[in-house]
Amino acid sequence: MPRLPIPAGMSDAAGRSPLAQGALLALATAALLLAPFLVDALLGRAWVRVLDLVMLYTMLALGLNIVVGFAGLLDLGYIAFFAVGAYLYALCASPHFGLHLPFWLLLPAAALVAGLFGMLLGAPTLKLRGDYLAIVTLGFGEIIRIFLNNMNAPFNLTNGPQGITMIRPIEVAGVSMAKAHAIGPLSIPSLYNYYYLFLVLTLLVVFVSARLQHSRVGRAWVAIREDESAARASGVNTRNLKLLAFAMGASFGGIAGSLYASFQGFVSPESFGLMESIMVLCMVVLGGMGHIRGVVLGAALLVTLPEALRYIGPLQRWLFGQVHIEPSDLRLLLFGVALVVVMRWRPAGLWPSAIRHREFAAARATADNAVTGHRTGGSADAGSAP
Amino acid sequence: MNVGPEPLLRVHGISKAFGGVQALSGVSLEIARRSIYGLIGPNGAGKTTLFNVITGFIAPDAGTCTLDGRRLTGEPVHRVVQLGVARTFQNIRLFHQMSALENVMVGMHARSTAGALGAVLRTRRVRDEEARMEAAAHALLERVSIAAHADAPSGSLPYGLQRRLEIARALASSPKLIALDEPAAGMNASETASLRELIDALREDGTTVLLIEHDVRLVMGLCDRVAVLDHGQLIAEGVPAAVQSDPAVIEAYLGAPAAPVATAVR
Repeated sequence: MPRLPIPAGMSDAAGRSPLAQGALLALATAALLLAPFLVDALLGRAWVRVLDLVMLYTMLALGLNIVVGFAGLLDLGYIAFFAVGAYLYALCASPHFGLHLPFWLLLPAAALVAGLFGMLLGAPTLKLRGDYLAIVTLGFGEIIRIFLNNMNAPFNLTNGPQGITMIRPIEVAGVSMAKAHAIGPLSIPSLYNYYYLFLVLTLLVVFVSARLQHSRVGRAWVAIREDESAARASGVNTRNLKLLAFAMGASFGGIAGSLYASFQGFVSPESFGLMESIMVLCMVVLGGMGHIRGVVLGAALLVTLPEALRYIGPLQRWLFGQVHIEPSDLRLLLFGVALVVVMRWRPAGLWPSAIRHREFAAARATADNAVTGHRTGGSADAGSAP
Repeated sequence: MNVGPEPLLRVHGISKAFGGVQALSGVSLEIARRSIYGLIGPNGAGKTTLFNVITGFIAPDAGTCTLDGRRLTGEPVHRVVQLGVARTFQNIRLFHQMSALENVMVGMHARSTAGALGAVLRTRRVRDEEARMEAAAHALLERVSIAAHADAPSGSLPYGLQRRLEIARALASSPKLIALDEPAAGMNASETASLRELIDALREDGTTVLLIEHDVRLVMGLCDRVAVLDHGQLIAEGVPAAVQSDPAVIEAYLGAPAAPVATAVR
């Protein structure tokens, strides 16, 4: 059987029949629609909130994936764009300035403004690569956070470390996300509302990412990642495409940020520290850099894992009758161990793209061959020598 | 010096210094349309620098390059590609995690237009362009005889095929002039022979070829004209036979004939 070309867009990688594909799609749709009900019934309301956060972080991680995964630009200040989106929404829909602009206006505005900030970061860093770029982006992220922290005097723009409170919840077509709504006998609580809204936007972000990846623009990004000089020699305008990557990635971050602000009802600078940037980067790297499904998996795992590790306390009580080690002490340790283990055994990420997987496998095979070849006296070499 | 009524590429008075080292001083040459032009010289003669100046990778201190009367000097690399000069690299530089086909499709970047919005909306125009590019990329892989490896990651191809893929990627921008930086480096005799056939065929198709090469036999057998650089200066230029017997060239390669003893002792 001839090997299928690399799967494009949403097409099926495993070569399933259209019927099986349809069934799978129906199953996935049902699972996504019923997820909050199932999670609520099985694990409790707190986990519906985690589900909402999974959606938010998926958007963030997919945004960073454009910059780091596609274009190969290591960005350690990515959370700054999340902050820009969050503060834009907070300032324009809270009593702080007495502004109450509608959601449908603020969401695209957040994408746009964050995108502009993305270009602002991108412009001076165009000639930087790798670790140098990482340092500059790290600085940029910190500048934004410190700016938010200090801009309460002489003119109170951001309300400083106290942050902005009483942010208006999102209203879509007159339906407030913050209230429970009854559809027939079914009551849909606030967390469910947000889930469905985030789901729609996450799917949109996934769609845009997938379309970009398998396009002329996406190929040019990967070319820049693989070899910037060769990309230029192939006619790629590396300056514009890098700026575009920064802007696109940042705009996803801005969208996620504005949703976060209304979801929490409160923003403060301390939500946007370096650790958050690192966490989003971990989602991208751990899931599988440049592979959309992998990044979604990475985001889902890294949001749920710390929550799941809270059960260490009850687990100990169940096993030993008492809590020996406080869960809060163990949580980050286990989290760190999990990261190390994954990166050791799956260096390309948990779910890498097919071609990346093949390349890593090939590299490993070559290394193995080198070892075995040495042991058997290099008979292959002897055979090919003239 | 003047090789025809209207040369394709005109290099005029190019000088370039790196710190205190004068890599090129006042190099001028002209490359005729549909010819194969060789650039040779000992190591450190400035061949690669000149190559980088022509392809826009390095800005010269003085002098200009024009292609078909249009100025290349001062343009960014992607514009130079758009104007019709494509290149390969001495140490092959492919996009390893992309398939061979995708590598060639990236090479078409300058000859296609779809932007981010078009990519997301996937309009009819974008779909058509994508299909056209894919077909053209397949044809180019066919052209350099690696069509069977279209879907293989380019990093997994054997060395000789990687060279061919790099040439296909350069051809993807439909260049008027293709500049090959030591394409035969590291190739065995049969690979070199088939490379030679390929370069010959490029000329037949109407592409002009600029070739840096260490394999003197390949250069002399293939090129219509040859230029020799030494210490950043053009010391000879002409048809291969004339250049080969030029005393200045022999001196540059073998040392001055007046001091054979000193050379031997050293």
